[in-house]
Amino acid sequence: MRNAFVRSLTELAAADSSVVLLTADLGFGCFDDFEKRFPEQFINVGIAEQNLIGIASGLAMSGYKVFVYSIGNFPTLRCLEQIRNDACYHELNVNIVASGGGFTYGMLGMSHHATEDIAIMRALPKVTVVAPGTDWETRQATLALAELPGVGYLRIEKNGIKDPGSINNDFEIGKARVLRDGKDVALVSTGGILAESFKAADELLIHGISCKIISMHTVKPLDCGAIIAVAKNFDIVMSIEEGNLSGGFGSAIAEAYLDAGITPHFFYRFGMRDKYSSIVGDQAYLRNHYGMDAGAIVDRVMKTRRHVQLAFGSKLDEQFPKING
Amino acid sequence: MRTQTRRCMDTRDLARKIRIHSVKMVNWGGSSHIGSVLSMADILAVLYGNILNFDPSNPELPDRDRVILSKGHAGAGVYAVLAECGFFPIEWLKQHCQNGSVLSGHVSSKGVPGVELSTGSLGHGLSVGVGLALAAKMRKKEYRIYVLLGDGECNEGSVWEAVMFAAHHHLNNLIVIVDRNHLQSIHSTEQTLNMEPLKEKWRVFGWRSIPVDGHDHAELSSVLSQRGSNPMCVIAATTKGKGVSFMENQVDWHYRTPTGDLFQQAIRELEISGDA
Repeated sequence: MRNAFVRSLTELAAADSSVVLLTADLGFGCFDDFEKRFPEQFINVGIAEQNLIGIASGLAMSGYKVFVYSIGNFPTLRCLEQIRNDACYHELNVNIVASGGGFTYGMLGMSHHATEDIAIMRALPKVTVVAPGTDWETRQATLALAELPGVGYLRIEKNGIKDPGSINNDFEIGKARVLRDGKDVALVSTGGILAESFKAADELLIHGISCKIISMHTVKPLDCGAIIAVAKNFDIVMSIEEGNLSGGFGSAIAEAYLDAGITPHFFYRFGMRDKYSSIVGDQAYLRNHYGMDAGAIVDRVMKTRRHVQLAFGSKLDEQFPKING
Repeated sequence: MRTQTRRCMDTRDLARKIRIHSVKMVNWGGSSHIGSVLSMADILAVLYGNILNFDPSNPELPDRDRVILSKGHAGAGVYAVLAECGFFPIEWLKQHCQNGSVLSGHVSSKGVPGVELSTGSLGHGLSVGVGLALAAKMRKKEYRIYVLLGDGECNEGSVWEAVMFAAHHHLNNLIVIVDRNHLQSIHSTEQTLNMEPLKEKWRVFGWRSIPVDGHDHAELSSVLSQRGSNPMCVIAATTKGKGVSFMENQVDWHYRTPTGDLFQQAIRELEISGDA
């Protein structure tokens, strides 16, 4: 994903001299080509995130399309008030790119685990929050954010899966992508943890359970239409995010359901339940440890299915008639 | 070619008007920070009356000089000077800190022509000013960026992030004016976090650092017209509450609102001061 971002940004910079990249001294080696080709459009501000956002705001006020780059929580939590007051409030084209979403930097410890960033960024009015699930989505998001007015947050990881292509293979900020159709369970995920949905869906298919897979690359503005359509058509809907649940992606979906007065029969959120990570491990290990990997998804789906069958048998629809079903 | 719209106003008269408007505005609005406004009224008067290039009929003039009030709590002073310069009717000032108004206690750019940046949380303005100055350099523009900082505001670490960056990039189109009134919210600046030697601090960070009398218009005009190869910090020695005898150097006028007899006395003193 990181390479997809850098490649796309380099193309943007080549075509448009108003595209600039600021880094707070991170991305060693990633931007060598960018810096060499566009020295006037690349600035390392030093290890100073508050200044990073302030400078980005000043540049954007002067007409530049600004991307700022750092890792983990540094370009968001460290300088949150600068993002809010300087960039967001003044509606500036500042795009904040955090490499290392979730447990990408799993071995580096809690400081480097970005687990509340989605919740915190989506709490800011009018910020576009994007967590691509694949390299292709990362590229499309980068290109789109450059032209989109206002503040964007792009949460990427080191490695992304190859995009399987969607049913209508297009990308639009704020539009869900259906990557696989199914009839029993809907798995809606954001970010690179999309990979776990595919693994889980493959295994569930062996048990005769078919899953619809949605990559919700844009957490904000949320594609409420797609979310509600899923509730109407599936008994079981599950959200998957690599981070803390409070206020995060799954919460955004729950809010959308309650606001619309339409809920699926069973809704479950995969993510951390109000905790900080206190151990280290690689990304796969930590996804497993915190119950959000393919195995956890399979377990939860099987248990929920059994519960549904035991409790309601075939009378599910009588017990909970679907609204507009 | 730079559009030249600089005017030469009577800066003494302008300063007096800023002070009178501001005292009235905080009285009407029941708001505060009047001490901070009075300490920098002369700086605003000299900047807007004698230094800046701007066009009140076109606040977005591309080549205008930019001013950022980083010590946003002194917003009343900026609204007053902008109204006096013709950015909007003086009548608007009555809306300061009223229900539903855009003239907030901390300076706002939303709906207020002539204000570049909304501030209020300290330590933000200089970084944005650095971004503006950098953009001007990248586009080879001649306009300059002026950022007004409070001396207490220099407690903020983000100020020094911006200071380092500006010096490293030789942003000589960036001018900081520190309103050195020696008082912050609860105590004096020296009781809170010793700031001296402030001039030396800016100098060793790579800035041209120049102390001036922040109430001496000739000196302010002369220094603010200077150009060099590095960013410039003007440390303006000021008196908090300047021009109102009972407010001068009194820390409580950071938060108090002048009302009743004290309000009348403040206005009287400021009106007389114009005759001196």
